Amino acid sequence: MKRVYAKEEVCAGCKLCEVYCATAHSEYPNSIIKAFLKQETKPVARILVEGNQSLTFALQCRHCEDANCTKACITGAMHKDPETGIVINDESRCVGCWTCILACPYGAIKRNENGRKVASKCDLCSDSGEIPICVQKCPNEALVFMEVSEGGK
Amino acid sequence: MNYVIIGNSAAGIGTVEGIRKVDSKGRITLISDEPYHTYSRPLISYYLGGKVKAEKMYYREQDFYEKMNVDVKLGVKVTTVDPAEKKVMLTSGEQVKYDKLMLATGGKPIVPEMTGSDLKGVFTFLKWDDVKAIENYVGKKDKVVIIGAGLIGLKAAEAMVGFKAEVKVVELANRVLSAILDEEAALIVQSKLEEQGISFYLNNTVEIIEGKDGKVTGVKLQSGEKLDCDSVIIAIGVIPNKGLAVEAGLEVNRGIIVDEHLQTSDFSIYAAGDVSEGYDTIYKQRRVLPILPNAYKQGFAAGQNMAGEEVKYPGGFAMNAIGFFGLSMITAGIIKPVGEEFVQIKDNEPERNSLRKIVLRDNKVVGYIALNDIDRMGIITGLMENEVDVESFKDDLLRKDFGYVYMPKDYRLEKLLGVKKQ
Amino acid sequence: MAISMQMPDFLIERDQNRCIKCKVCVSQCANGVHVWDEDENKVIANEEKCVDCHRCVVYCPTHALNIKKAPLEFKENAYWNADAIRGITKQAEGGGVLLTSMGNNKPLPVYWDRMLLNASQVTNPSIDPLREPMEIKTFLGRKPDSVKIKDGKLVEKLPPQLEINMPIMFAAMSFGAISLNATKSLAKAAEACGTMWNTGEGGLHSDCYQYGKNTIVQVASGRFGVHAKYLEAGSAIEIKIGQGAKPGIGGHLPGEKVGQEISETRMVPIGSDAISPAPHHDIYSIEDLRQLIYALKEATRYEKPISVKISAVHNVAAIASGVVRAGADILVIDGIRGGTGAAPLRTRDSVGIPTELALAAVDSRLREEGIRNHASLVVAGGIRNSADVIKAIALGADACYIGSAALIALGCHMCQTCHTGKCNWGICTQDPKLVKRLNPEIGAKRLTNLINAWSHEIKEILGGMGINALESLRGNRLMIRGVGLSDRECKILGILPAGE
Repeated sequence: MKRVYAKEEVCAGCKLCEVYCATAHSEYPNSIIKAFLKQETKPVARILVEGNQSLTFALQCRHCEDANCTKACITGAMHKDPETGIVINDESRCVGCWTCILACPYGAIKRNENGRKVASKCDLCSDSGEIPICVQKCPNEALVFMEVSEGGK
Repeated sequence: MNYVIIGNSAAGIGTVEGIRKVDSKGRITLISDEPYHTYSRPLISYYLGGKVKAEKMYYREQDFYEKMNVDVKLGVKVTTVDPAEKKVMLTSGEQVKYDKLMLATGGKPIVPEMTGSDLKGVFTFLKWDDVKAIENYVGKKDKVVIIGAGLIGLKAAEAMVGFKAEVKVVELANRVLSAILDEEAALIVQSKLEEQGISFYLNNTVEIIEGKDGKVTGVKLQSGEKLDCDSVIIAIGVIPNKGLAVEAGLEVNRGIIVDEHLQTSDFSIYAAGDVSEGYDTIYKQRRVLPILPNAYKQGFAAGQNMAGEEVKYPGGFAMNAIGFFGLSMITAGIIKPVGEEFVQIKDNEPERNSLRKIVLRDNKVVGYIALNDIDRMGIITGLMENEVDVESFKDDLLRKDFGYVYMPKDYRLEKLLGVKKQ
Repeated sequence: MAISMQMPDFLIERDQNRCIKCKVCVSQCANGVHVWDEDENKVIANEEKCVDCHRCVVYCPTHALNIKKAPLEFKENAYWNADAIRGITKQAEGGGVLLTSMGNNKPLPVYWDRMLLNASQVTNPSIDPLREPMEIKTFLGRKPDSVKIKDGKLVEKLPPQLEINMPIMFAAMSFGAISLNATKSLAKAAEACGTMWNTGEGGLHSDCYQYGKNTIVQVASGRFGVHAKYLEAGSAIEIKIGQGAKPGIGGHLPGEKVGQEISETRMVPIGSDAISPAPHHDIYSIEDLRQLIYALKEATRYEKPISVKISAVHNVAAIASGVVRAGADILVIDGIRGGTGAAPLRTRDSVGIPTELALAAVDSRLREEGIRNHASLVVAGGIRNSADVIKAIALGADACYIGSAALIALGCHMCQTCHTGKCNWGICTQDPKLVKRLNPEIGAKRLTNLINAWSHEIKEILGGMGINALESLRGNRLMIRGVGLSDRECKILGILPAGE
């Protein structure tokens, strides 16, 4: 399945991916200004830019084949869609226990305390039906949406 | 192929999903002594506290058994397991034959012998029915005594505060959550709970439960103190519910002994979850690990093995994510190390109720506590699971922004891009 | 310490209704202009550090930023203008040589804009480039004195030629002045377009050897990175005598910019300054130049054209003649608008002559002496668009080098502070954090787009003139008329004034 991969050698560490991701998952997915200034709670990005001096890259859910989070979830809200392979959290069933945060080896799950406490993470923008917004908007093409065969790039 | 699974919680469901990953045709019969569609045991405190409604209690969707083609028998108890004839007997007298059997019977609450434990108003805190009983009995402004300040006891306490009850917790150890927190962290949590009106009686236990007209009226502590109360919740802990295995002559210790394929001493019988005693990769010995993620993973691996695909489950280790009144904590592995071979590194900000500590052994992470600042701690869990040598980035582990950016390049590229080291 | 009298050059406007406090501007400004103020919970700007590179403006996701010239005004003075005053203030405080980057930005006459092109009307109909083949392919190298064809084939063996698909090449910009990612962008684009890029005096990085076929390797006075494999790697070798931006002086790459990659490529120790002397210390006469030209030809078995690049200075025509007679196959003239990574301000602004005049003078002189065919003429120094290219060709050039234009295509916003090494676009810097901002794949695509666009425009204008081969325009000064030029200027350019 296609996933988002980061090219650390061309990531400018600008964090625009975080801005666009948060907006796309907010109450105003088409307006950055409204998402950040009008929405009462700060929109939550599901992608995170890690940085140490000149080394920067963005990191989000890897949609693992054998996803630890789905096995740790106490309510069964976190599950892997059998058709698309995307690991999705059914927020209506999530109780914000954070066991998935304990289990995710990539630290890709965020505590979203904007409304009910729920775990939020990358969903490959599957709702929009388009290429994930972080890939679309990365100003330096440092994120690619592609399929990688086992064991190699 | 005839698969029979006894148990309807994480391990049992894991087994179903494990089998079905390999074998979509084999017959699966799942037997549970509870009348409910598979539900999440950890959610009972959320239910009692009003955070989760009944319809959100379930561990899988309502069409799960149908979709997975499982013949489910709810509210049915297994009386014996006959390994020789490869069949199980039910209370109704019905016999169910199996080719492969899974014992996922979970744990049962520890109820010590004490006067008054049979009075009305004494509850355990394990099943949905337990909290339904509590819900019906406890009233507003009631006094509740909870025996045990572990994970279960404190979750019960939090729920009872929601009931506007006056809660007193009695604990044998010198601190709350003694299994997962050290003294420093435990104090922070205790303060938070005390702020909510909960009182603690540490280094103490309940000796006698007193009653009148068959109902609870109070308790007498080991220290001699007497506490008035309207109900008592016994939340000392669980022990493996291994009765069936013992009778069937399987090898047991504290729990049912299983190998890395989750097989018991009988080749056709598997065990998983709170009832089993598998391998603890951190303690490097057999231990019962009553943790939901472990139960599911064991069940899943067992299911694959039962269906004929050889899968090794190397074992798990203790890990918990829990929170009380907005204070969250995540812990794993060895949190109170004893011995020269351990090194502890800490980063504490007590004024913010934040505490983070990592325990190392031979330059590998073997345990940690994270209080309040729990974000991304799963990365540390991953380092434990993969037994990664952290020497080159030991000093960065407790950074607030710790992540793959501090790890060696080839490890990072392998994990994030799937690029294998040449 | 006494107060500084230097006031900010620029003013930053932040629309608070649009600012979402994402702090992208904070992370992107290498000059430390934008800063997050925790107490005030907003981003504030230290305007005195702003160089107007537009990085923050472009990257702001809500277009909340704008940069304007600082409104602080001096009393009106046509002579002691702001520039003149500020230059002195800076030197009074710092006591150093004023440094600058990129090309001369003074209001000298722009001769390109005073030359206008012809077009077909009735008697010589236009050609539609979308329907008819247009030949803009160019061959650079010495051409034979006469051409004999027998049985449809050329009798003479041609001297080595560089074949490029269009009369535009990427000018010499050294790895050291620009980043490795910038050189890779140029190399990739040159390959994609079928033209050449020039290594400049920084040598050829190992990652770029694969683009050798499209590379002109430069031998400059510092001889950085010059070894046998280097000479073999390129399709042509260029001896750099001078550079339009700073004629007469050499170059200086500060030691802090000489890291591992530059050290290996230039063959200088890490951390040591890389200084290019003004003269080649083995070229003190035209005969010495001839000796070096032929040494290089011998070393490469006469298989590659040897190019010589000179600055446009006062006697450029005579110098050009000497260089061509010394055996150069290609002659490059770099005019006063040429760019640089760092140069003293006064040298850049006051030394040299305009590209257009130099070109016309050289072409005329070589034709007069009957040696115009001995070397191809390439012109550099402020070629801004396809019209400049066409006019250059009409004046006599065989091809143009683009430097500044190429960098602008890569993202340069002409803030002219390359010498600080903090290029926010990752072009003129060695700071790894900034270099990675220039993605060579994107850079190469932008350059390719530019070259393709200009090629198409050239064909359009050629078609409009009724010409279908660039060769017909070469040196065809009758295709140009001048406006706003003095009689003398027209004579030097060799063109008639419009109307005649």
